[in-house]
Amino acid sequence: MADALKLTALGLVALIAAYAADQGNDIAFRVHGFIILLVAAGLFIWTLRGTDEPRPSVAMGDYMDGPVRAGVIATAFWGMAGLAVGTLIAFQLAFPALNFEWAQPFGNFGRLRPLHTSAVIFAFGGNALIASSIYIVQRTSRTRLFGGNLVWFVFWGYQLFIVLAATGYLLGATQSKEYAEPEWYVDIWLTIIWVAYLVVFLGTIINRRERHIYVANWFFLAFIITVAMLHVVNNLAVPVSIWGSKSVQLFAGVQDAMTQWWYGHNAVGFFLTAGFLGMMYYYVPKQANRPVYSYKLSIVHFWALIFLYIWAGPHHLHYTALPDWASTLGMVFSVILWMPSWAGMMNGLMTLNGAWDKIRTDPIIRFLVASLAFYGMATFEGPMMSIRAVNSLSHYTDWTVGHVHSGALGWNGMIIFAMIYFLTPRLWNRGAMYSTAAMNWHFWLAMIGIVLYAASMWVTGIMEGLMWREVDDQGFLVNSFADTVSAKFPMYVVRGLGGVLYLAGAGIMCWNMWMTIRGYARVNQPVSQMTPPAGETSAPAATPAE
Amino acid sequence: METYTFLREFADSWFLVVLFGFFIGVWIFAFWPSLQPARDDAASIPLRDDKAKCTGSCESCKAKFDFMKGLENG
Repeated sequence: MADALKLTALGLVALIAAYAADQGNDIAFRVHGFIILLVAAGLFIWTLRGTDEPRPSVAMGDYMDGPVRAGVIATAFWGMAGLAVGTLIAFQLAFPALNFEWAQPFGNFGRLRPLHTSAVIFAFGGNALIASSIYIVQRTSRTRLFGGNLVWFVFWGYQLFIVLAATGYLLGATQSKEYAEPEWYVDIWLTIIWVAYLVVFLGTIINRRERHIYVANWFFLAFIITVAMLHVVNNLAVPVSIWGSKSVQLFAGVQDAMTQWWYGHNAVGFFLTAGFLGMMYYYVPKQANRPVYSYKLSIVHFWALIFLYIWAGPHHLHYTALPDWASTLGMVFSVILWMPSWAGMMNGLMTLNGAWDKIRTDPIIRFLVASLAFYGMATFEGPMMSIRAVNSLSHYTDWTVGHVHSGALGWNGMIIFAMIYFLTPRLWNRGAMYSTAAMNWHFWLAMIGIVLYAASMWVTGIMEGLMWREVDDQGFLVNSFADTVSAKFPMYVVRGLGGVLYLAGAGIMCWNMWMTIRGYARVNQPVSQMTPPAGETSAPAATPAE
Repeated sequence: METYTFLREFADSWFLVVLFGFFIGVWIFAFWPSLQPARDDAASIPLRDDKAKCTGSCESCKAKFDFMKGLENG
């Protein structure tokens, strides 16, 4: 019966999608119709072939780790895609000829840039968050994931969202809201996925066999609920036609700008901070094998973070049509936010008290410490840049880009790498990662990449800001915009090279994952101690050629 | 009274007091002395979650390995 309903629904979806693929008003909508047609038809056949087959029984005592395995692989896959596009567009800025004529209009910077930001934030970061949260919530609740196969719907539905968003950007479907570019039907799909995710997560917490809800789960819950609220409010729009991708925003003017940055900053606050703090509060104690430094501090800093972050958005709109009181409010809350941010960083770092030697020996701890250090730096830099006087220099310059990337590459990226190195051996029942040396290579490539990236963007951002405001003794502006562009060229090349190093590190990680998952064993003995295979005589000991 | 004016006044007065009171309450809750055992218990949750699981490495192990499903005890 359930199968019959499922088949009917899938058939209807395939039919409507086929109509959309043929009759859609624009190319993006037609391609999306075709993608949905393929998915629905494929699922129809898959369901039909599975009808009346016996269902394998599931051992309910076990944790459900299949979606976590898929999530870890998806994280690595989308990470490589997002970082590669980021590196490409960094070089497009340095060398505009890389906006190839033959690839227009799909391959130009304007369409690839949202592809990069969404791929790294929502595909790389989002998959890491979903995988981590469902791994952690089961273990800290000591119960199997709630909702059976619903989590697979969340996982694959989220991948479909990513594909629809990414192809939409390339084909020109965007509602022009930064970090919220997908058009109305993709937004509706994400809302459905997100509600299912909340059901899975909350259901598991309600079923928990621990008395308390561990602090990591508080952060994950805040992340899921707040992102749902932000997503729905910022994407209130009326489609021009249900057979086209274009839609019109409900808000206009400064209200629209304020809603957008209320969303935009809290996407940073709740997606890239609260959710990732949830990861931090599990992986750091776990890997250091000691409880979190202060549980009191974790409670206070959770509520302080939640209460303050939501007000910080207006600092994106200094010197605009937004009233002064609103941008002052945003600035004040941003500065106060420094305290709970550093409380979280200190709580993570102090957890290592008495285990500091592990930084030298344990690459995962090293990734986690680097991540927390960058979290501390970015959350000091952010409040400083939100001050109106500083913002008058930094806004619209590459300083902002450098700030975002020291947070994204440093805090988010490094903790995701730590997560992958933590989870991969556990999920596939391997003792450890295949190669520790490769983890160290990855760490240093990523670190040097971030340093090149952040340093070059600081230099170029401050230079650019100073050039824009420079006036001669007659009061005329000294530099034209094109002057700043040519002055920035060397720093753009350095930034691109930083991206290459970071991408190379991630590539080494993928190879290491592959070797670990496939179960290759590594020979760790030094050559001098190896016993020769039977039948071979050992070579005479080499004498030093003095 | 206009909706905007009403909401602004409400937000600037009563609701501000409510939120601030809630936040003070969080501090008091976080530092409540008799809840220390509960906090210690909660803090130790991640350190006691791992069951001893089959690693598939024993001589007599019949567990089979699937790329996506991991190790299954057969």
